[in-house]
Amino acid sequence: MLWFLTKTLRAVITMWLVVTFVFFVLRLSGDPTMMLLPDDIDEATRDFYRRLWGLDRPIMVQYWSYLGALLQGDFGISFRNNLDAFGLVWDRVPKTALLTGTALLISLAIGIPLGIVAAFYRDSWLDRGVMAVSVFGFSMPNFFLGILLILVFSLNLRVLPSSGSGTWAHLIMPAATLGVSFAAQFARYTRSSMIDVLNKSYMRTARSKGAGPVRRVNLHALPNAAIPVVTILGFKVGELLGGAVITETVFAWPGIGRLLTNSVAARDLAVVQCIMILLALTMVLANTITDLAYGWLDPRVRVGAKAGAR
Amino acid sequence: MIDAPVLSVKHLSVAFGRHVAVRDLSFDIHAGETLALVGESGSGKSATALSVLRLIEREGGRITEGAIRLGAQDPVDLAALSDREMQAFRGNRVSMIFQEPMTSLNPVMRIGEQLGEVLRRHQGLGTQAARVAARHALEQVRIPDPERRLRQYPHELSGGLRQRVMIAIALACRPDVLIADEPTTALDVTTQAEVLKLLKSLQAEIGMAVLFITHDMGVVAEVADRGVVLRHGRTEEVARVADLFAAPQSAYARDLMAATPKLGQSPLRPPVPQAEPVLRVSGLSKSFAQGGGILKPRTVTQAVRDVSFDILPGETLGLVGESGCGKSTLSRALMRLIEPDAGTVTLAGQEITGLDAAALRQARSNIQMVFQDPFASLNPRMTVRDLITEPAYLHSGIGPDARARLAGDLLEQVTLERDVADRYPHQFSGGQRQRLCIARALSVSPRVIVADEAVSALDVSTAARVTRLMQDIQDRLKIAFLFISHDIAVVERVSHRIAVMYRGEIVEIGPTDRVLRHPQHDYTRKLLAAVPNPVPRPMRAARRPEPVL
Repeated sequence: MLWFLTKTLRAVITMWLVVTFVFFVLRLSGDPTMMLLPDDIDEATRDFYRRLWGLDRPIMVQYWSYLGALLQGDFGISFRNNLDAFGLVWDRVPKTALLTGTALLISLAIGIPLGIVAAFYRDSWLDRGVMAVSVFGFSMPNFFLGILLILVFSLNLRVLPSSGSGTWAHLIMPAATLGVSFAAQFARYTRSSMIDVLNKSYMRTARSKGAGPVRRVNLHALPNAAIPVVTILGFKVGELLGGAVITETVFAWPGIGRLLTNSVAARDLAVVQCIMILLALTMVLANTITDLAYGWLDPRVRVGAKAGAR
Repeated sequence: MIDAPVLSVKHLSVAFGRHVAVRDLSFDIHAGETLALVGESGSGKSATALSVLRLIEREGGRITEGAIRLGAQDPVDLAALSDREMQAFRGNRVSMIFQEPMTSLNPVMRIGEQLGEVLRRHQGLGTQAARVAARHALEQVRIPDPERRLRQYPHELSGGLRQRVMIAIALACRPDVLIADEPTTALDVTTQAEVLKLLKSLQAEIGMAVLFITHDMGVVAEVADRGVVLRHGRTEEVARVADLFAAPQSAYARDLMAATPKLGQSPLRPPVPQAEPVLRVSGLSKSFAQGGGILKPRTVTQAVRDVSFDILPGETLGLVGESGCGKSTLSRALMRLIEPDAGTVTLAGQEITGLDAAALRQARSNIQMVFQDPFASLNPRMTVRDLITEPAYLHSGIGPDARARLAGDLLEQVTLERDVADRYPHQFSGGQRQRLCIARALSVSPRVIVADEAVSALDVSTAARVTRLMQDIQDRLKIAFLFISHDIAVVERVSHRIAVMYRGEIVEIGPTDRVLRHPQHDYTRKLLAAVPNPVPRPMRAARRPEPVL
């Protein structure tokens, strides 16, 4: 319970810092009326819009009123189409969640088994092959991979659609583009973590007990090797969302990433702020889940307070 | 064949790559008998142990020759089995306990699972039956409250309890042969005594043959019926333990015996002349707080409590105590590597507890440390010249020529060649590295050297040479030593006076002779009683008929 309270308190502070930072940085980056309104518009109209959006007030006043509105769940109005910013963003969430979720599953489903196999057959041709492929996988920029996939599967073979999100077929290439580099990274993390564990003396003990190779890997090694991999998973969620911004743009996938790029370009402050807050919240949640998973996987953390008390 | 050996190793050779670790080794062990494999590091004793269970392949070695026959009737040659066939034997008819009780259990598995695993695997028990059997196995190794222990994880248990769990796992299927690879080396001396006693009584109960690997002659005398002395993979001597101690036949065994410190048999060092103490510690205390987040309760551990002692110039004060008693905290607090909570430390007439950072740095040239692990405490990327003269350079900024000269002098002091200065630490053996550490400590001409378990990681003969070197240097330069060790026999050999530390306090301090021969405190007596004595009990040897060697 106490643990929960401290966590929440920390999360709230983090969120407040993010909101504040985003708010001021965006307002430092230029006048939104310049971007949103036509160039040849007269100054009076400009002033009208400034007043309408509240941009004429001192920045601290704007900040406090924004913060006050936020606490009541009001994320403001999009400058571009006068719609509720939160609603605009929330509509896109399922698409991005689908894309990143699929990419994450693909990368875990490919990366972890490959890492285990590479570690178990360490220094064999299999290990070297897996590692070579993984270098290729994570060193390929995902916009390039995306364009490559479009060239091959959409333009030449004409088997997959190059943009949009209507069917499952639309999901394949974006998810693969996003997932490949993570699969490669997970393979490497899993491999090194696994090698570390396989050399531990409790693995020798397992062998001395007569446990076979399958049991040794699955029951003895994997739960130990999973601990550092899970820790990294929490950080990777952030990278995954960052990757989604690019991937969504390449495949015209109507998710948050594309909305973000468009809104930043247009200085649509309320929408950008809303997205940033959501992303930060996702990160906080991901890290909390990581912490929980960590405690679940590692009894030394779970009952850490009792450690050494015999 | 009534009295056929239960384990018979014939002409065993083991190699790691091209390096031959064991050469043509043969021995037999009968049911109920304990055979000790004795030797220093690199003797091939562990390689032999791992070969019997065919774990040697995992470590990168292989059996190049020989047979390992298991079983009195219809013996099976383990050396000829495939890894798959071997699985049915491991943990079942042959099992093993290892040196490191802290790491040899899986940290994320409950004790019950780890114990139940062998029972399910080899005895085909169901989950419920395995649980009952696991409980019974814990009771057998005298673990109190077994039901609760089954649900616990290894880190919740002390080192001694973990080793008991390992023994329970190893003996759960009542093996013909138990291999014990330095099972008590990592344990405190009182815990060691308990574990050895337990092993002996279990052997009487189950009747398994025990192959006991150790470097400690005291333990050999305590547990073994016969001993095989190994050196560089060659068999130096095979003998009954009583004979081995009474009249070792080989030159090497004689050397080994001579190098083994025997409690109560070292010549006493004469007291040093009275003088002004060079180190005076008074009322030193240090506690650690754990937890203490925003909402968490703080737990405070008093690691060092009101410790006071003096050391005279040229004197060695031995500090003994078990792990966790505060020895290391004390040594760090008196150098102010960690800040003591209370008390004063006066070094060469200067109170260092009140000094600011700059003055403390100056004062530290009077007190230097030598650590336990000679592998970890030398930076692998620095040459010996830079390593051993670095403190002098940091304290007085001497130039490269002076450093080279100093390095040569220091190397001579610690009986190494002058021209090894250009080499790197990995080119030296453990004992040589510890000499380098001593040379490094000497480079600033300190008045006091704190040696924290400085010879604990070394073989007995190497340790003997290093302690002799320390004494020579002490006699020549009148340096005071605070010699911290858990090994009382070594402390006896080097110390003028001994302080016994228990739960953060010095419970007894006095001349070596008085503390060891006429201990006043209960804890000192308990500690002394637990030290394995390298004199075998005479009746043990007569238990078995004369084996054919």
